[in-house]
Amino acid sequence: MNTEIFGVFAMFIITVLLAIPLGRYIGKVYNGDKTWLDPIINPLDKFFYKIGGIKPEKEMTWQQNLVALLIINLVWFLFSMLVMMNMSWLPLNPDGNPSMTADLAFNTTISFVSNTNLQHYSGENGVSYLGQLLLMFFQFVSAGTGMAACAVVFKAMKEKNADKLGNFYSYFVKSCTRILLPLSIVIAIVLIFNGTPMNFQGKDQFISLQGDTVNVSRGPAAAMVAIKQIGTNGGGYFGVNSAHPFENPNYFTNMVENVCIILIPIAMIFALGYMLKRKRFAWMVFGVMTIGFLLLVIPSIYQEMKGSNAIHKMGLLQNLGSMEGKEVRFGPAASAYWGITTTVTSNGSVNAMHDSFTPLTGMFAMLGMMINSFYGGVGVGFLNFYIFIIIAVFISGLMVGRTPEFLGKKIEAKEMKIAAIIALLHPFLILVGTAIASHLYAGNPKEYADWLNNPGNHGFSEMLYEFTSSSANNGSGFEGLGYGNGSSVGDNTPFWNIACGIVMILGRFLPIIGPLAIAGILAKKKYVPESAGTLKTDTSTFAIMIFAVIFIIAALSFFPALALGPIAEYFGMR
Amino acid sequence: MKQHILPALKLTFVSIVVFVGIYTLLIWGIAQAGPNKGQGETVSVNNKVVGYKLVGQNFTADNYFNSRPSAVGYNAAGSGGSNKGPSNPDYLKQVQDRVDSFFVHNPGIKKEDIPAELVTASGSGLDPDLSVKGALVQVARIAKVRNIPLEKINNLVAQQTQKPLMGLFGTEKINILQLNIELDKLK
Repeated sequence: MNTEIFGVFAMFIITVLLAIPLGRYIGKVYNGDKTWLDPIINPLDKFFYKIGGIKPEKEMTWQQNLVALLIINLVWFLFSMLVMMNMSWLPLNPDGNPSMTADLAFNTTISFVSNTNLQHYSGENGVSYLGQLLLMFFQFVSAGTGMAACAVVFKAMKEKNADKLGNFYSYFVKSCTRILLPLSIVIAIVLIFNGTPMNFQGKDQFISLQGDTVNVSRGPAAAMVAIKQIGTNGGGYFGVNSAHPFENPNYFTNMVENVCIILIPIAMIFALGYMLKRKRFAWMVFGVMTIGFLLLVIPSIYQEMKGSNAIHKMGLLQNLGSMEGKEVRFGPAASAYWGITTTVTSNGSVNAMHDSFTPLTGMFAMLGMMINSFYGGVGVGFLNFYIFIIIAVFISGLMVGRTPEFLGKKIEAKEMKIAAIIALLHPFLILVGTAIASHLYAGNPKEYADWLNNPGNHGFSEMLYEFTSSSANNGSGFEGLGYGNGSSVGDNTPFWNIACGIVMILGRFLPIIGPLAIAGILAKKKYVPESAGTLKTDTSTFAIMIFAVIFIIAALSFFPALALGPIAEYFGMR
Repeated sequence: MKQHILPALKLTFVSIVVFVGIYTLLIWGIAQAGPNKGQGETVSVNNKVVGYKLVGQNFTADNYFNSRPSAVGYNAAGSGGSNKGPSNPDYLKQVQDRVDSFFVHNPGIKKEDIPAELVTASGSGLDPDLSVKGALVQVARIAKVRNIPLEKINNLVAQQTQKPLMGLFGTEKINILQLNIELDKLK
């Protein structure tokens, strides 16, 4: 039991210890400083720039950077639709898996382009190896996109008075080649030597000790698992993601994969501190995020180790804890820790089934996604947090009667409007989506009986979770959704494919556009040197202020919905 | 706008070459030095493959240690958990049925000695491991069916128990396939 606690404790400490130097390295990369990987990567980057016809030193305004980002994402969208709908006859398909229907291809494409990796298909029989490799490509580039957007905002925060804010293409290429690629290679190697497959043969067959004939899915998994963990993608190679013994063979790989989930999101904070030369500010941000994270993760671990109340009433032994949907090699503590790390970041990979978590753990996982900025996704996590900073600066400015200033720039009505819209977008998408789905289900429970795998409050939670996960670009799920009534279609139905697709695309790009616009506008403004009258943003008072803003906007707006789902379920089981 | 379309197309092309082509081939190449050339490590008895080291398999017979329930019946062509919520009455009834059936096969075992993991489904449906308690509670039955002294089987369980990582992190576990292979060797 104690070894389980030690395990999660070690994971967190190791993550922070690695994130500090990695953050400094990321800061150097975006600053264009020298790093020790230069001799290997410089030629690779030159290759990218040469073939791509890109001048990396040509700086662009925030609008130009944004257009570049959106257009390349559009290209990826069209290309992916084409492959997903035709992969049955394309090469690398030894198992003869089918092409996707239009609505499923739409959902899958948006899901991977937007770094969400919500999967309405199952890896073993829903995509060919070519499809898997293409999805892996999106895992690199969508993570690179988020990090590049974040780098533009960092650059804007750094500049005293500038119109040009770096080059999106260059930030994008550097993020992929200098950060994501080297880390992925290291992790893939660790996985291979722990038993994760990396082959191109189809399914294997054997006769088990008991005499059953069993087929085993394999494939080029190690390469994909590495980038899906490090790039906060989360789209697993196998259907059950990192609960699968091939995808996550033992406790050691579990530690490695779990460290990867929050490594870059934390490192980005320290990268900011390095680039701005404001270490105190970075530690303030890290402090707020960490306190929020701990408030979610500690009760979750406690709940899962305590076990399920219903099983307890049956009189069974729960010396490990709640084990439905969990693997023995990880145990409840590491499963709950993973469950929260994967939801506070926008990773969404799982090593246990979230649908079977005890009610409050399920709620904390949802809260992590609803807040979506305690570490957050690679790059985009900080962008979400940036919105909360702007709001907090504005409110505190009003409270003390000073002009709200952030890093020497005045925050005025225009920036505030953008920030407020972005902050409210997330609750809007989640609650409206859930409301529509609930309305449909309640209006015709017979027709939609397949939707919910569990009755009552938990069924409501399944729908709420799906929209939360889509809007937060997370990608994990209460995977029972769609499997009610013995149905085998799952959430691969036109309603869920299209509704989640729309929510994912809005939940991805608007929260990138908003912070970029604010940062761009602020960068152009006149720099006001700090004086005694300036509101200090690197103090614990301001940290409490941000925390309060996050709590009020992000957490309380969801309270009624959570009361109908997990909270009601919790009290119903007592 | 126009000046961004061409770079986008070209950059996509070169990214595919590097991240799909070169990266995949590099990892695949390294895998050739890995366990079973990256094809998944198999376990053999008398030179016959009886399973994959990492993938759990179904054991239901009384003379073997039984594996945990699986939502996909240990069919490793796919994978899946039950996704049942903790308050679902159908699910709780299913667990109760498993407990009842456990009593039939293991007479004399007390309810509070049955560990929950033995009657609840795993996350992957392919869990390769049993917990220590999950193995020990089955020892009496196996000793009786196989007519082997209790102590010998208890020793086997102890010997097959894998300690937490470095003795510090994580859970204790027992690989069920390995355990049952060794069990077959006991006389």
